[in-house]
Amino acid sequence: MTDTKHTDDVTGVDTTGHQWDDIRELNNPLPKWWVYSFYACIVWSVVYWIVMPAWPIFMNGAWTYTGGVIGYDQRVVVENDIAEVTAGRQVFLDQISAQDLPTIQQNAELMEVALAGGRAAFGDNCAPCHGSGAQGSTGFPNLNDDDWIWGGSLEDIHVTLKHGIRWEADDDTRFNEMPRYLTDEILTSDQVNDVTDYVLTLSGTGEVTEASTRGSEVFARECTACHMDGGIGNRELGAPNLADAIWLYGGDRASVYESVANARSGQMPAWGDRLDPVTVKQLALYVHALGGGE
Amino acid sequence: MTSDASTAGPETAGAGLTSLIGEAEKLANPHGHEGETATAVNSEKNRSLYASRIKIYPKLVHGRYRLVKWIVMAITLGVYYLTPWIRWDRGPFAPDQAVLLDFPHRRFYFFWIEIWPQEVYYLTGLLILASVLLFLVTSLAGRVWCGYTCPQTVWTDLFIYIERLIEGDRSARIRLDKSSFSLSKLFRKVSKHTVWLIVAIATGGAWVFYFDDAPTLATNLLTFSADPVAYLFIAIFAAFTYVFGGLAREQVCTYMCPWPRIQGAMFDDESFLVTYKYDRGDPRGPHKKNTSWDGRGDCIDCGQCVAACPMGIDIRDGMQLECIQCALCIDACDEIMAKVDRPRGLIEYDTPANMDRRLAGEKERIHIFRPRTVIYMGVLVLVSAIMFFSLATRGAIDLNVLRDRNPLFVQLSDGSIRNGYTVKIINKVHQEQAFSIRIDGLPSAQLIQQGVSAGDSVKTAIAPDSLKDIKTFVILPRDALGSLDEGEASLRFIVENMSTGETVSNETSFRGPR
Repeated sequence: MTDTKHTDDVTGVDTTGHQWDDIRELNNPLPKWWVYSFYACIVWSVVYWIVMPAWPIFMNGAWTYTGGVIGYDQRVVVENDIAEVTAGRQVFLDQISAQDLPTIQQNAELMEVALAGGRAAFGDNCAPCHGSGAQGSTGFPNLNDDDWIWGGSLEDIHVTLKHGIRWEADDDTRFNEMPRYLTDEILTSDQVNDVTDYVLTLSGTGEVTEASTRGSEVFARECTACHMDGGIGNRELGAPNLADAIWLYGGDRASVYESVANARSGQMPAWGDRLDPVTVKQLALYVHALGGGE
Repeated sequence: MTSDASTAGPETAGAGLTSLIGEAEKLANPHGHEGETATAVNSEKNRSLYASRIKIYPKLVHGRYRLVKWIVMAITLGVYYLTPWIRWDRGPFAPDQAVLLDFPHRRFYFFWIEIWPQEVYYLTGLLILASVLLFLVTSLAGRVWCGYTCPQTVWTDLFIYIERLIEGDRSARIRLDKSSFSLSKLFRKVSKHTVWLIVAIATGGAWVFYFDDAPTLATNLLTFSADPVAYLFIAIFAAFTYVFGGLAREQVCTYMCPWPRIQGAMFDDESFLVTYKYDRGDPRGPHKKNTSWDGRGDCIDCGQCVAACPMGIDIRDGMQLECIQCALCIDACDEIMAKVDRPRGLIEYDTPANMDRRLAGEKERIHIFRPRTVIYMGVLVLVSAIMFFSLATRGAIDLNVLRDRNPLFVQLSDGSIRNGYTVKIINKVHQEQAFSIRIDGLPSAQLIQQGVSAGDSVKTAIAPDSLKDIKTFVILPRDALGSLDEGEASLRFIVENMSTGETVSNETSFRGPR
């Protein structure tokens, strides 16, 4: 491949001595601008090493790095940037903290901040149970609909968030307990069956039969104290409305039987202990704005 | 430089390059005219792959095309410098500048046209129009865009004009460059570069006015209180103007611009190109007064066409990549033809096909409507029509409806199904407008607005020139769920401007359980 050097006839330029299939390579120098740019880059890099943090060095038994002569530190820059953003945001957060919920709701600018903050906090804290779109699932209420066990006003939602449900560590938690009618032997198996049939008629999914008529008597005696006449529920006590189309634990016969026989007692943490008050306020505003808020 | 002595005569690149100017000087002036011993920069004799730039000293010519170029220069520079200062009353909520690219507020204003971010396809359309127009013009007359209206040409022409004012015309400039250092030389060079820089700064300075309110910005610039970004961009544009117009000149057209590479695909035998009519000019040679023109061509080999060429080429070598069709060689040749008493037009806009026809003894003719040009014209008319139609019929409302996807739908306690929609309405009118929103397609469904009690019709007021998001819900009662097909139905949102009656609609869908 390597041949002796040779001068090209046409251009008068020496070849490199390389030859492939009789094709020789001209040994033209690099363009001057290119070479000088290259030198400039070398000079620049040396200056950069000195001025900016560059080299890892082993000093006093540990690895560290040359700090550069101007003391530049990217971490400090990031920290300053974050501090700046936080300070900018704090103006709005202070207002949210100071004002009551209905007032914030009237303020479009504050609502924008509150909804964005609420959405982020919801994704971090609430989505595991309630779903990323707050659509819930069996045992975890859908927060988009208009069915609220403990009330759907802004204040009700705020209290629920702050103190949780059946969260015994919080003295003000929302608490109720439904008896386990079969397990605790308050009702017989037949009576539970009858009351189940009756409950299904309340929401229009069951037919009126002899059994459901028997069940209505049991219901009137045992259930209306909390669920009220006609099973319309009582928010003061957190007793769900049994006459609507929405079932927290499923509306089929087996699920309803299970609820009567063994009761249900879902839990929600008291977020007032875990999140700061401004975030809880933002969450209340966000959940209220999902579409079911009253 | 080493060269193979057996083949390398004076024609090799190395020898040719170094001796180019020397040789030119040694040549006597045999014609009795201001004979220029100009040699084309791309002459075959002197061609090297790695040549340094040969400096070009374009000579001033007078004539038709030069006049056209002066006029075009005046118009284009005038348009460039004055456009930002044209005022256009848009009312209190929009800037009063006729042409303004308002990036902070994301609006482009072109006289009566106002472009919003989602309409930037109009700019695409404009670019398509410009490129097709360029194709058409090129297929008709080669690189006339390059020769007359390209900013590179206009500013280079202006820079050469300044150079000529300060350093004199071609021969004076050559002499000045070769003269040894003197105060007068220093003064001329410094003055030239100073004036160039002033023009460059004025050019960069004019550009920033397209992006902000011109009178305000001008005041701020002069009081040094404008945004540093403005100064930065002026500096960048000034630097480019100075380097491109003053220093790089023809190299931009030859080496940097992609157009010379593409243009070859645009023109054909019927395109009007600056042509040396060799059938009339050859054989060329010096001519003495009162001798016969019989048996020879009209070209007296005076070199004027090369001396005048801002690209430094010899048009008599035929059509070349470097030629920008500026026709200054035509003016230069016509001047000479008049002096030697021959008809002008030895170099002229001509078509290669006509050259062949002349040689074959046929009649010359102009053939403008060829498949190529007709297609370009057709595309041009079509794109213009589409642009014009869409601009003329576009409304003052823009509507987008985004359906909530998480959750897809919500069942309410009474068994009805609810879907959420974000309705985005842009009010392009410069006054606040009231809009009503209604739905169509699901007869029993009800539309409500978030936070507004049910039963109120959805109405909203939108500030001038702005966008508003309105969160709405559509509720389909339980007993109407049968109107869903496989859990889905199509739904149309209709937004009406309550004062003008203009409506726009957007198709979306409603989802429920299957």
